[in-house]
Amino acid sequence: MPDTAYLIAVLAIVFTITLALRAVPFAALRPLRASATVRQLSVWMPVGILAILAVTALHGTIAADPHAAPYALLAVAVTAGVHLASGRRTILSVGIGTAVYVVLVNVF
Amino acid sequence: MCNHMARLLRDHGAVQPDISPQITAPAGGWAPVTRRQQIAAGVRDSFSAGLGIFPLGIALGLLVVQAGLPWWLAPALSLAAFAGSLDLLLVGMMATVTPLAAVATTALVINFRHVFYAFSFPLHLIRNPVAKAYAVYALIDEAYAVNASLSEAERSAPRTLAMQMACQTYWVGGGLAGVAVGAAMPAPVKGLEFALCALFTVLTLDAFRSRGQIPAVLLAGASVAVALAATPEVAMLTALLLFVGLLLARHALTARRPVAEAADA
Repeated sequence: MPDTAYLIAVLAIVFTITLALRAVPFAALRPLRASATVRQLSVWMPVGILAILAVTALHGTIAADPHAAPYALLAVAVTAGVHLASGRRTILSVGIGTAVYVVLVNVF
Repeated sequence: MCNHMARLLRDHGAVQPDISPQITAPAGGWAPVTRRQQIAAGVRDSFSAGLGIFPLGIALGLLVVQAGLPWWLAPALSLAAFAGSLDLLLVGMMATVTPLAAVATTALVINFRHVFYAFSFPLHLIRNPVAKAYAVYALIDEAYAVNASLSEAERSAPRTLAMQMACQTYWVGGGLAGVAVGAAMPAPVKGLEFALCALFTVLTLDAFRSRGQIPAVLLAGASVAVALAATPEVAMLTALLLFVGLLLARHALTARRPVAEAADA
């Protein structure tokens, strides 16, 4: 269990970094706007970062309970299938995918 | 939060994420005249984003309780870093007492996308310095996306600020609701943490919009594979840094062949 000082330190760090990322570009707009590198990265980064988060989240779930690996993979497939079939309704697809996983790990 | 955090869950509509926001255009193309009408319009603008933000907030509150962390972390996180997907990731990182340097690097990479919102966010409309500071602080994916869907004539300071405050209310309120639900459950539900995995899967699908993004996905896949094999303890951080490095290399290479790359944008 982390101590309160650690939790406060995390909150202070993420506050500072998140605010700086949002504020600095307003102050330094011109050079950033002119940067082809920054513009290109903004196009390429989002989907890749989300894919990395999805894979590491899946890996974390499997690492915590290796016996549940097949269930986790099945639940990911269900989540993606429901999402594409239901017209991308996030609440529905995340809800059904999570419910499938919870039922599988608790029943079997 | 991501267009909706991806929408984060829709970073999401909520999911919509954090990263690639897709928000439906607010109803009504007319420009509100009085301050009161502008505020009402701003609150209406926030509804589509709120559909994603509030459930995501519930997930945040539930994760905090399930991780065994103090309940006040849910609202504290929603206020310290008003950013959907990062908040959800931080819960797991805090539960395992991740080193602060790794926390800082993760926050930097995950929220880097916000750097680009300044290009077209109408901050010049907001005169009051305190309001201006709040608008920058609360510039989440959804706030950017909702604003982008309005015409210049429809935008105003009260409308923008009301929308942003409403979004933060959904996020903090959802977190508190999640804490209440989690506290009411007799024991942690085994497997509920899978919601985070499901959310990122969905957000990835939403962010993937064209074949031009296939190289980025492949580079991300390679990054995460190497990271899991080489540094399983800090795989996410390694993968993110590797991915950024590969993108910079790709940019350096393609910059020499501008013609071939033109169709990719």
